[in-house]
Amino acid sequence: MNQLYDLAVGPLTWLAIGVFVIGSLYRLAAMYAMAKKKDGPYLTYMSWRFSLRSIMHWITPFGSLGWKENPALTIVTFIFHICLILVPIFLMSHIVLWDQFKGISYPALPDGAADLMSVAVILACLYFIWRRVSDPTVKFVTSCQDWTVLILVLLTFCTGFLSYHQIGSSLVMTTLHILCGEAMLIAIPFTRLSHMIFGLFTRAYIGSEFGNVRKARDW
Amino acid sequence: MSTIADRRIEDAGLEAGIARLTPEKIKKTIEAVLAGECGARLKTYIETCVRCGMCAKACHYYMSHKDPSYAPVGKVKQTMWEIINKKGDVTPEFIHQCAQVAYTECNLCRRCMHYCPLGIDTAYIMSVVRRICHKLGVTPQYIQDTAHSHSATMNQMWVKDDEWIDTLFWQEDEARDEMPNLRIPLDKEGADFMYSVIAPEPKFRTQLIYQAAYIFNAAGLNWTMPSFPGWDNSNMAMFTGDSEIMARIERQHFEAAQRLRVKRIVMGECGHAFRAVYDMGNRWLGWKWHPVPVVHSIEFFWELLTSGKIKIAQKYPGPVTVHDPCNTIRGRGLMDKLREVVNMICDGIVEMHPNREHNYCCCAGGGVINCGPPFKNVRIVGNKIKAEQLKATGVKTCVAPCHNCHGGLDDIIHKFDVGMELKFLGDIIYQCMEKPEAE
Repeated sequence: MNQLYDLAVGPLTWLAIGVFVIGSLYRLAAMYAMAKKKDGPYLTYMSWRFSLRSIMHWITPFGSLGWKENPALTIVTFIFHICLILVPIFLMSHIVLWDQFKGISYPALPDGAADLMSVAVILACLYFIWRRVSDPTVKFVTSCQDWTVLILVLLTFCTGFLSYHQIGSSLVMTTLHILCGEAMLIAIPFTRLSHMIFGLFTRAYIGSEFGNVRKARDW
Repeated sequence: MSTIADRRIEDAGLEAGIARLTPEKIKKTIEAVLAGECGARLKTYIETCVRCGMCAKACHYYMSHKDPSYAPVGKVKQTMWEIINKKGDVTPEFIHQCAQVAYTECNLCRRCMHYCPLGIDTAYIMSVVRRICHKLGVTPQYIQDTAHSHSATMNQMWVKDDEWIDTLFWQEDEARDEMPNLRIPLDKEGADFMYSVIAPEPKFRTQLIYQAAYIFNAAGLNWTMPSFPGWDNSNMAMFTGDSEIMARIERQHFEAAQRLRVKRIVMGECGHAFRAVYDMGNRWLGWKWHPVPVVHSIEFFWELLTSGKIKIAQKYPGPVTVHDPCNTIRGRGLMDKLREVVNMICDGIVEMHPNREHNYCCCAGGGVINCGPPFKNVRIVGNKIKAEQLKATGVKTCVAPCHNCHGGLDDIIHKFDVGMELKFLGDIIYQCMEKPEAE
């Protein structure tokens, strides 16, 4: 187990970060090249102003019709994404690892806050699972991949939570936590999680088209 | 929970189309469309959709049936995702289902874009499904007939060249009873604008041509209409997925205006035609913007009224409600001008909710009404939500500046006993304006 831990916290971490960063950049570059080659009549309307206008409305809770009409989902989605991004980056235990391996250090979230935020992510995942099972529309369109990425996030945060609270074998939990986290990073460029990479651009495009061509709101 | 397979509708065009298909032909055609015509847009839309289902509430079909298979994402699941997952290895019967979903259960109204955090353009995905169906020859018979008409005559309704001119002369003649020096000037080079209409106007809504001519003459405008093909601004080929014919029509329309050396094109009160001219044809033809400026009637009437060229004698007794057509509101942002025009000609507005860019579709547009009788019930029952929206206003008149919207709203008004009359802006302006001869 110790060997697996060493592998996970060492080489596999770099592999995961490498795949995530290089994979994401590659996918962005490839997608842009394809857009230039195949989507000229659409790409030409891209505009910074209207892209940002649209993105700003959609990263504001209840800033658009879709968010307003789905209030529960909106609240959970915003809490989920904010915590999902902030906790891994600003968790003290993670910063300690950065410091240990690379000598990089920066301010951390208070442990209590990070703990609460992790619980929020776990609860949000449970809400998403409940929604996928109980809402007929979501159930109708849910496929295997949706479950995989959702369970991956849930497992990563559950094992992280358990290892922080020293529930179960600390070594096993930590190792599992690291492996899940790495799997999640690797999955981002190649699964539905790629909405993290492409989401801003799809939003920016439709914002540009509505602003530039249709002279109408898209929120 | 139902799927499209549970509500299969027989249509002569679809049945004949799938009878000609083989698995090889389907796969080859799908691969050609996906590889040749689709790019980053389709790829990112398919990949990044997180299947959250938020778009369901955007769709009037879903809001009327509350059935997941009518949600925008449900429609994509039953068509494009299957096509891509199976790499084109799908059956002729599946293509029938794709056609039924894409042609008759989606109006391409783009309301769902206001619900998707990722900005996924479901209407575009449905258009690609239509394109595949068109390439496979599986299109509903009625709408295909209009596309054939476009191809043969460059207008939607098989109007022959002499019939077109004859109809204009007839309307000019009729209107001269009311305004003795009225003209419908044909082929007048260098006029300020070319007025273009959809072919159903000369075919069976000739009073709209009469009214427009009367308004333009009363305002003393320098205008013209082409006597030759290019006069019809409608475009059903755009909705069948026949992009080649779609582009021919648009080029001919612009070239008619260029031949007449007019300063701009003013289009009648039609939504889909405006979408074709303003948003679609130019892209396929490789023009970023339009070679001749394009103005919709809403905006043109606004100009006439605000500049005082047309004065209202007595406002139309109201209040009225205003229906926002998708193609001129979500498609061109004319919601404020529309309200300003209605306020100038009518006695107050009672808004329907939601409205403006968020308005529910009429359920006729996107070529759905043009798919004809086999699909009529689905379309009417699928828009119960709109009938409720209309009823809630409590008014007796609805202003809808779009032909398709008139068709769709007329059907639900009768089906659900809404008890409402429908008006074009031109109807009301013609009725309420100061008429020079009447003085």
